[in-house]
This record gives sequence, C-alpha cells and structure tokens, in this order.
Amino acid sequence: MTDTILRFEDVQKAFFGVTVLEGITFDVERGSVVGLVGENGAGKSTLMNILGGVVPLDAGQMLLDGAVHAPRDPKDADRAGIAFIHQELNLFTNLTIAENFFISDFPRRGGLPFLDRGQIRTRAQQFLAMVDLDVSPDVRVERLTPGERQLVEVAKALSVDARILIFDEPTTSLTARETERLFEIIDRLHQAGKTIIYISHILRDVMRLADSIAVLRDGALVVHGPRAEFTIHSMIAAMVGRDIEQLYPDRTSAPGAEVALEVRQLSKSGICHLIDMTLHKGEVLGIFGLMGSGRSELAQIIFGLDDFDEGEILVDGQPVKELSPTRNIRAGMAFVTENRREEGLMMQATVSDNLALAALPAFSTRFVRRVRSSTLATAVRETVDVLSIKVNDAFRSEAKGLSGGNQQKVVLGKWLMTKPSILIIDEPTRGVDVGAKFEIYEIIDRIAAGGTAVLFISSELEELLGLCDRILVMGQGEVLGSFDRAQFDQEVILRAAFREHAA
Amino acid sequence: MTALVQEPTLVMRLRALGRRVLLSEYLILYLCIALFAVLYLMVPRIASPYNIGSLLSNMWPLLVVAIGQTFVLIIAGIDLSQGAVISLTSVIGAAFIAQSANPIIFEKSPLWGVLLFENGAVLHDSVLGIPVAIGAMLVVGLLIGAFNGAAVAFARIPPFMVTLVTSMFFAALAIMLAKSENIIDLPDAFAAIGDEFGIGDEFAFFSVAMVMAVTLGVIAHLVLGRTMFGRWLYGIGNNPRAAVVSGVPVRRVIVLTYMFSGFCAAMASIIYTSRVDQGRPTLGEPFLLDIIAAVVIGGTSLAGGRGKIMWTFFGVIFLTLLGNALSMLNVPFFYVAIVKGSVILFAALIDVARRRILLQSA
Repeated sequence: MTDTILRFEDVQKAFFGVTVLEGITFDVERGSVVGLVGENGAGKSTLMNILGGVVPLDAGQMLLDGAVHAPRDPKDADRAGIAFIHQELNLFTNLTIAENFFISDFPRRGGLPFLDRGQIRTRAQQFLAMVDLDVSPDVRVERLTPGERQLVEVAKALSVDARILIFDEPTTSLTARETERLFEIIDRLHQAGKTIIYISHILRDVMRLADSIAVLRDGALVVHGPRAEFTIHSMIAAMVGRDIEQLYPDRTSAPGAEVALEVRQLSKSGICHLIDMTLHKGEVLGIFGLMGSGRSELAQIIFGLDDFDEGEILVDGQPVKELSPTRNIRAGMAFVTENRREEGLMMQATVSDNLALAALPAFSTRFVRRVRSSTLATAVRETVDVLSIKVNDAFRSEAKGLSGGNQQKVVLGKWLMTKPSILIIDEPTRGVDVGAKFEIYEIIDRIAAGGTAVLFISSELEELLGLCDRILVMGQGEVLGSFDRAQFDQEVILRAAFREHAA
Repeated sequence: MTALVQEPTLVMRLRALGRRVLLSEYLILYLCIALFAVLYLMVPRIASPYNIGSLLSNMWPLLVVAIGQTFVLIIAGIDLSQGAVISLTSVIGAAFIAQSANPIIFEKSPLWGVLLFENGAVLHDSVLGIPVAIGAMLVVGLLIGAFNGAAVAFARIPPFMVTLVTSMFFAALAIMLAKSENIIDLPDAFAAIGDEFGIGDEFAFFSVAMVMAVTLGVIAHLVLGRTMFGRWLYGIGNNPRAAVVSGVPVRRVIVLTYMFSGFCAAMASIIYTSRVDQGRPTLGEPFLLDIIAAVVIGGTSLAGGRGKIMWTFFGVIFLTLLGNALSMLNVPFFYVAIVKGSVILFAALIDVARRRILLQSA
C-alpha cells in the first residue's frame, strides 16, 4: 500500500484552443523524488504551473493529501505547502537574502509597523544553515553566484515549510560543483521525508536523483514507473516516439557548393570553445543544443553583437575584421533573435516601420539619405503579402497588437527586405502556434531555395530534423557532433546533446 | 437578444467628436486658437500689431532651442544643459565682438587679454567679427552636445545625470568667464538679428531670427519625417536594442542628436543675445523649463519614440501666448509660475487620456 501525497486526475489544459495537456493522471508517493522529463513543449512546465497555481486547469482535478487542490494563485499554492523553485530565479537581486525570505511577510515588533531585525536575522540564518550556505543573511543577492542564488531559492522554499518542492531545470546556470552541492541538499531533503518533483533535460541527473520517472510527450503521460525500469536510452525513446505527420514542408531545394559563412576555431572564454562551422549557400544548417549550450551566444558573436577572444569568421571567403551588426548587415547578414519582444520589434511602432528598419539604407538616397517612401511602401506591401502577415493596415497598426506568429513574421520580413545572403534564426517558432509554425518553416525553405544560407538555431530537435540539411549539436560551448540528413536519428542526436555517446 | 446597433444619440455624437478632437494632432493648435479668442475678449490689445510682433519675437528663439530638445526626447533622452549652453555661448559670442570692455569689471576674467581688451573685444572692429562670434557660439554648442552624447552613448550614464552635470558646469563657467557681469556694447549689426522689420511700420513681423527659426524648423521637419536618420531616431527611442540588432549605428546617432541639441541651443543664444544686446552669463537660466514644457505640451513623449516638429511648434505658440497673456494681465510673477505649472500638468493629463483612449481602441 503506497502513501499518495499528490494525485493528478485527468488534468487537461488548452491555450487559445491549442491542447497542451490532454488528460494527465498519475500519483506522487509521499517522500519520493519524481523525475519529470519530456521535450520542450511536452507540457511539463504547464503541469507544474497548474500545481503551483500559476495557471488554472481546464478539466480534471488534483488531490493533495486526499483533499482537492485548486489554487487560485501562486500564494494559494504556497499556503497549501507547494514550493516552486523556478528556472529563472525569482529573487530580488537588489535586496538582501533575509529581505528576500520575508518579502511577503516581514516579522514586526508587536503590532507596530517596524521590522523586527533581530528575528529576521536569526530566522534567516536558520534557513541558510538548512542548505549549508555559509553567507550572512545581510548580503545582497546580486553579489551571490548563480549556484548560491539557487540555494537561497531552496532555503526560501524551506522557510515556508513546503510539503512538495518543485525544481524546474535548477542546474542550467550552475557549475558542476554547485550542481553536486544542490544534489546533496536534495538528497538530504529526500531523507527528511520531503516530496520532490524534479524537472530536467539532463537525464543523467534524473537517473541519479529520482525514485520514479514520469515521461510526458505532447501533453500526454507516456509512462510513469520506478527508476529501475528506465535507462537513459529508454527515456529518450519514450520522449520522442511520435508518428511523423506532415508537420514540416518538403524541402524544395538542395544546398549549393559555395561557402557563405565559415567559422574557424572560434573561442570566447566561458561561452564557446574552438567552434568550427561551414555554411553553404542555399543550405539550412541546424544548431541543436540545450539551454546554456552556447548556441544563442554563438549566433550573437557571429552577427557582431558580442566579441570573441580567438578564431576567425569568414563571410564569402573574406575574414571579417571588425565585428558590428551594421557592417555584417551590409555584408549580407540577417539575424532573427530569440527574443522578438526585446530585440526584434519596436512594439509601439507600426508594422511598416518595423519592416523598414533594417533595410533603410537600401531605400534611401545617397548623401541626404532621404527615404524613398513610395518604393519603400511598395516593398512593405509586397513583404506583408508574401509572408501573409495578418494585419489590418501595415502602415497604421502597431506591432504589439499582432499575434506571436505574425510578430515573428514581421521580424522575418524585416530581414527579408534586406535581401540577405546569410540568415541566422534563433528559436523562430517559440511561442508561435502550430499553423504559423508551418508557415514559418515554409518561409525558411523558400529563403534557402533562393540561395540564402540559413543558420537555424533551435532547442526543438524535431523542427531541425524536419527542415535542415545538416545539424550541428552543441553543448557547453563546443560542437559535439555533426549529422547529415542521411544520418538523422532523433535518439542519436539527443544522446550526443546529452553527451551519451552512441555505442 | 438585445439590439447591438442603436441610433447614435446626441451624447454619443458629442462623445465621438470629443474623442476626435482629443486624439487630433492639432489639439494644441485648437487650444491656442481658443486661448487667443478668450484672451482677445479680456484684453483686445493682445491682437495689436505691436503685441503680435512681440509674441513672434519671443517665439522664434524658443522654437529654435525646442527643436533640438524634440530630437533628444524622441531618442528617449533629455537635455537639461540647453539653458547653460545659451548662457555660455552668449558670453563667448559677446567676448569676440564687444565694442568696449571695462577693465575694472573684467580685468580678473580669464577672457581678459585673450578675447577682451581695454579698447574692446578681439574682433570688435573686424568685418569678420560677427561671423566668427556666431561660428564660435555654434562650435561651443556642438562641442558641449558632443560631450553629452558621448557620455550617454559610450559611458552609458543616464542622460538626465549627464546633462544635469554639464548644465551646472557650463552655467558656472559662463559666470566665471564674465565675472558675473554682462558683456555690453555689442555692435549694432549683431543686435539687428533679433530686430523686427516689416512693410511700413505697422506690421513689423519679419526678422533674421524668424528666417533662422523657420529654416531650421523646415529642415528638422524634413529630417525627422523623410530621412533615414529620422527613422533611426524613432527606432532608437522605441527600442534601442532592436535598433542595434537591426544595424542602426545607435551610438553615433545618439552623439549626433545631442550635438544637434547643443547646436540649436547656441543658435537660440544668438537670437536671445542679440535681443538683450549683451553677453549675459545667466541668459539661458529661465528658459530651460519653458523649453521642455513647450515640447511636452506639444505632445512629444518623454518616454521616447514619439514626437514631431509641428507639435513642438504648437507647444511653443501655446506657451508663448500664455506667457504674453499673463504679462498683459499684469499677473505677478509668482502666479505666472503657478499658472504655467498647472498648464504643464494639464498637458500631461491630456497625454495620459490620449494614451488610454488609444489603448482601448486598439
């Protein structure tokens, strides 16, 4: 007879009509560590957000110690004893550790609105001792390393005496030593009888920590069982075993022989190490890597947004001397960044202004730099048409009013207007619905067919398999493998990314 | 089911009209006309040719300097040093062309023996005097602007901080150079810049200052609306990071924008200096808030990304008209400040209301 602390019963969730969770049912045993794995978009985070009160469920229910658990907000879940240690840390870096612990409920002196500093201090020290963190509670969080911050998060969770602790990718920003320290603490919490849900892409870690493992795929629970029943191999197989339908357009062209971009022995301390890469005209080269693998950082360096220590970057056979986006764009480069809100769009500007921004030099006269507005307007209209951007009036509607997919198309359109010879795209389908995804894939295929070299960075392996001519696997700043289309095998590539080498 | 489509009632029509007026680009111009009408009923003198002439002559220099401020606000910056630039360049300009200099006053000035001499300034009897003085003023404005811009773009110091510091620094320098005194006795030709002339004596509306302001205004308007540089300014104000990624040379544009702001301040200083007919080390001090107020009343956003020369023009008319009316009504100066403050607050409220309506209709 097992002692169940938490039970998911047919939990369902859809966002804007897209099903994210389609009826999840499983039990979590009291005092156990459950490893939750699955690809990006499999529904892990959504399930945990429902448990943590961040989003409500559409149907089904959760039972916590036999009682219905239906948190209205994260605070509600807090009170129910569920502590969520987030991927991106939720600490106020400008405040001290102690202030972070008590931010929502400072101990006061009597009924007076004065803080009881003595009590804050002693209690904060107790919490820090629980996670073996030997720093003063008066230290500002901004002065801590990522690993120490993670431990402060854990201590904060302990401070509310949580029954269930959720760790969502806790090790992405930690060093190996910090990770080991975190695991020791998780072990200790485990021995103390806490229930833990541990989400990670790093399957080795899941194998080390978990008592039982649950695998999600496309919003459904594929399998849940004791760790002994799994191998890393079988976990990956369970994560990816999907029947491929027509999720990706057929490629209409083959890569050319001419080299468009070459990267030689590129290194930057702490970011990437001796990267070699060749990108041909008309080729779609995928870069697959997990969070923190250095894939986006590499793109930033190639585009000139960041500098590097050693190595060489050659565009059309010419070494690039001084890196800057302005020069690189002139040389024919374009870059769809992973954060379209922060780096891609001017939210308050019209769609037309957004589309025009990068191509302005090509649409203005010499010397005075008067913008040829009618030519530009024609090009804007054409781009809106070709990419079928859904917008009322491209010259009046602001970018912020568009859906995610259409915003992404605006960013793509902005770069297409510069007629690039090298296009770098970083996570172009993040936060984009399924229909728009297919359209974006088609656009990428069309761009490549026109002879443009495409560097396609993604953490979704499937879309790379569906679209690329070749895939490079990156991890910890290094190229871990290169696969031609004929060699494409989801398991082999994932294993390379997880550094589990094929036999 | 209830009927969703109703006959528009009078109230609804009025509300729709109100919205249209409130959202109109010309709102401030309408308010100017309304204000003028009301004032005309109270003090008919306001429409006299003499007063119109004085209104205009107050408007031109304010417009010139406000155009520079508009550019800076569009890239989400602010230039608090314009007042100081006006003061410093006034002193420097005068120190080239004063026809005489009193040794008792200026003997201890660092300018004594360099630019100022007992028998007048260094170029007091040269044909090149006025062009050189004007050139020097503009160069100083550009240099201070370049410093501001570089500190913002390269050292990444917040613009408020940078220009507050340069404002203090150069205002003090102006006073130090002139030993707290006005450099008087400028040549008549220089004083003529601010003078009005007209067809006969009746309608003396024209002046060199007007030509300067209108020319600058037209150029600035075209640059903002028609050139790549203008588009870049809005882009930087809207999302500087996206601008960098899109290949906009953001730092260079920032430096150029602050340089333009300093240039405009120096150009306004030429007009103001000519009108007071002396190099005055505190010349710009009272104008700083008027400058920013005029731009903001016009509708240019302090948050960047939004602004037009036409709007600034309306804001300048409004503020000048208000100041003129208050002085004609013999309102004591402390009430003037209170009224001006209230008007700026009102402008800010209108801006908030506009945004809300736009958000709802989006």
